[in-house]
Amino acid sequence: MSGDLSKKLAYDETFDCIQCGSCLPACPTYKTMGTETQSPRGRINLVKMAAEGKIEIDKLQEPIDLCLGCRACETVCPTNVQYGRILESAKEALREKEEASASPVKKFEENLFYNQVFPKRHVMNTIGRLLWFYQRSGLKTVFHKTGMNHWLPEHLETFEQAVPDISGPGYRHHRPSRLYPDQKPIYKIGFFRGCIMDALFDRINDQSMRLLAAAGCEVVAVEGQACCGALHEHGGRTGQARELAKHNIEAFERESFDYIVNNAGGCGAMLNEYPHLFQDDRAWQERADRFVRKSVDISVVLAKLKLPFKKTIRQRVTFQPSCHMTNVQKVTEEPRALIRKIKGIDFRELDDPDFCCGSAGIYNVVNFDESMKILDVKMVDVKDKNPDLIVTTNPGCLLQMKVGIEREGLSDRVKAVHLIELLAEACDLE
Amino acid sequence: MQAEADQQLLKIVHDRKRILSQEEDLVSYGYDASFGFYRPDLVVQATSSEEVAGVLKLANRFKIPVTPRGQASSLSGGPLPVKGGIVLDVSQWNQKLVIDSEDLVAVVSPGVVTAQIDKAAAKYGLMYPPDPSSSRVSTIAGNLAENSGGPRCLKYGVTKDYVIGLEVVTPQGEIIRTGGRTVKNVTGYDLTKLIVGSEGTLGVITEATLRLMPRPPASRTIMIIFDRFVDSGKMVSKILTSGILPAKVEMMDQASIRAVEAYRPLGLPTDAEAILLVALDGHPAAIDDESDKIKEVAKATGARSVSIARSDEEARKLWKARKLVSPAIVRSKPTKISEDATVPRSKIPEFCARLQEIKKKYHIDLVVFGHAGDGNLHPNIICDKRNKEEMKVVEKAVEAIFRAALDLGGTLSGEHGIGTMKSAYMPWEFSPESLDMMKRIKNAWDPNNILNPSKIFPVPGQRLVLSE
Repeated sequence: MSGDLSKKLAYDETFDCIQCGSCLPACPTYKTMGTETQSPRGRINLVKMAAEGKIEIDKLQEPIDLCLGCRACETVCPTNVQYGRILESAKEALREKEEASASPVKKFEENLFYNQVFPKRHVMNTIGRLLWFYQRSGLKTVFHKTGMNHWLPEHLETFEQAVPDISGPGYRHHRPSRLYPDQKPIYKIGFFRGCIMDALFDRINDQSMRLLAAAGCEVVAVEGQACCGALHEHGGRTGQARELAKHNIEAFERESFDYIVNNAGGCGAMLNEYPHLFQDDRAWQERADRFVRKSVDISVVLAKLKLPFKKTIRQRVTFQPSCHMTNVQKVTEEPRALIRKIKGIDFRELDDPDFCCGSAGIYNVVNFDESMKILDVKMVDVKDKNPDLIVTTNPGCLLQMKVGIEREGLSDRVKAVHLIELLAEACDLE
Repeated sequence: MQAEADQQLLKIVHDRKRILSQEEDLVSYGYDASFGFYRPDLVVQATSSEEVAGVLKLANRFKIPVTPRGQASSLSGGPLPVKGGIVLDVSQWNQKLVIDSEDLVAVVSPGVVTAQIDKAAAKYGLMYPPDPSSSRVSTIAGNLAENSGGPRCLKYGVTKDYVIGLEVVTPQGEIIRTGGRTVKNVTGYDLTKLIVGSEGTLGVITEATLRLMPRPPASRTIMIIFDRFVDSGKMVSKILTSGILPAKVEMMDQASIRAVEAYRPLGLPTDAEAILLVALDGHPAAIDDESDKIKEVAKATGARSVSIARSDEEARKLWKARKLVSPAIVRSKPTKISEDATVPRSKIPEFCARLQEIKKKYHIDLVVFGHAGDGNLHPNIICDKRNKEEMKVVEKAVEAIFRAALDLGGTLSGEHGIGTMKSAYMPWEFSPESLDMMKRIKNAWDPNNILNPSKIFPVPGQRLVLSE
């Protein structure tokens, strides 16, 4: 093994692990796969042994690839092991090793995905338009009626069914980027759109801005913002994540905001960890610190304000929290408090809400089978609560819960929604 | 021979996925929560008594070492495959958890997590009292093998007090039953109690019948703050001789108080030398009476203050301080050597004083907290196992702790077990004749010494080594 790669590993951090095993019951992959190798304690030990040269770095590949990165282990860890850092360091080392030997075609594809698609808003918008065209042109219907969609790999078809109706280019062009409240603004909010949220769930983004305005805020969807960089960081591409972070920090420095608000648990977690990207760069780290002090999930701001509730919603509601919102942002109370504020709601907490749904960024696409096993565990808990609505706070979780509903044959009576959609309905925004 | 053994193994365990032989799997079953790393040659995840019997028959025939393992939260090295061979993992055999509310028993498979038993019992208004700090992770098989304790054991006793029947597979691969389903049972030798605490050296536990108790209707938490450490030790003795038996009496010394305050400020007094947390449980009227008595005793012992939690929420806040000790004390250095030497209750104040002397003599970072009520203090040494010089001093300090406990009529281990960590000191506690009697029992059960070898018994000249 190359000595340089082992130096990439977060070796010192592994010593914080006292191997007590407290993380085992919290780990979804330990539950579904049942081996120590697929547990946080096991993965930390493997990273440590690879760093010491006792095992080849290749031995990390499968256990690290199969980790969801949900970081539930960090929340239960009695000694505050920085598992996220250990995991990202292993991913980066593995990716560098792979890159050294990858074929030109694979490199081209990955470059397209990470460098050309996610960072760029106009590209994501184009994807949004193509999806809209696919849905509106009748191609979707043709695909389904002829059964041609079965030619697609199983997992693509699964997700295709879960993708919402995409709004058309006309709508996309006419979205306001600045909203004012009726009275003097309570807060001035910089709104972070996120790339997946904006491509697939742009309506939820618009509802978010309107809810904030209705609650008395001035809201600005800052121009020039980019993808948060989470997919890059979790894919071992720290360099690209750093560039995106700089881009976003600069964009939100152009105006003075009380809060920088996002509505995607995964993005919010990445935004919160921006300072980690600039360990060797004091100036940028300070700018990142200033950014993070203002960056919060939308539920945190909405919970401080008075929302203009109008409707009673008589439904049984359960809540699937975003892992990164719980374990990284540490936001757990606000979404629940907001749900409970809505009149008529019968709120039913899951037995194990902190168990990941298996979405985990692009995990459900890359590791479909393992992801579905985790989702099946989640759906047992969901079905037990017999809800009309499953509320989520992250686009990945939202799509995954839609897939879960589909797989369980519950689509006639259960719906998955983003918290914002539920609040918007209760406030009669649409 | 190896090939033949492998072939036969496949006939015993049909699901190939439960036989692990990849490098990344093998190195994942070479550690526990104590010290040391040993790579096994194979891991078998057993889920039936027949599989365990088959594996042991095979291992006995080919003289392959077998180390039973739950979820490896052991602090004594119990599940370490010191001689390689097969790690027999029972953690995935967690399907059976039956509560019989009429017989007041639970029947469980070995991989069931301890806390799940108490949780299941609670649905019937019952409880399974043993509550090791690791109960959310530890398997019942591990608890049985090590005879684990916990805070609540002050009042309710340890694991062995709740086991009335076992199914065990012997090293020859025979499936035997011990005890039964009755509270009273004096028929024959009590093999149940022999197996419990035998650290997986005599047999592999494949099923257990556990006694349950009625769940107490109420509980209350009291925090007592002391200016002088020694007074806290006196207070423990006084509570226990005043006719009250609390469910838990937990102690934090000044080092732990300061560590917690530096880590997550809770408003604890950093100038206090000790804090006692007392939990009472039982009938609400009895608890009222006992709380008053504890207040009086505290005043007479010179406690600075006594506060009683008015609600569950307040009680949780008080216990939070105790829970934060572990994470708080490892912030300065990464390694925590957690000892569980135990002394008779009357010697608690003296043991406390001896520990402070050891701390000064060796200039070690020693933090004392734990189950003061049953004499099972946990002196923890905070160090860095990468620093060889430091670890040599720590080894000496650990020996001094053992020596002090034994001088005071105590024992090497209250609840963690001997395993690899304390085996070197067995001759300090037992005469050659006593140790030999234990060895003869081991030989009778396991003449080929295949089951969890290199545990409990020292090899001549063995010493504790903590540096890697």
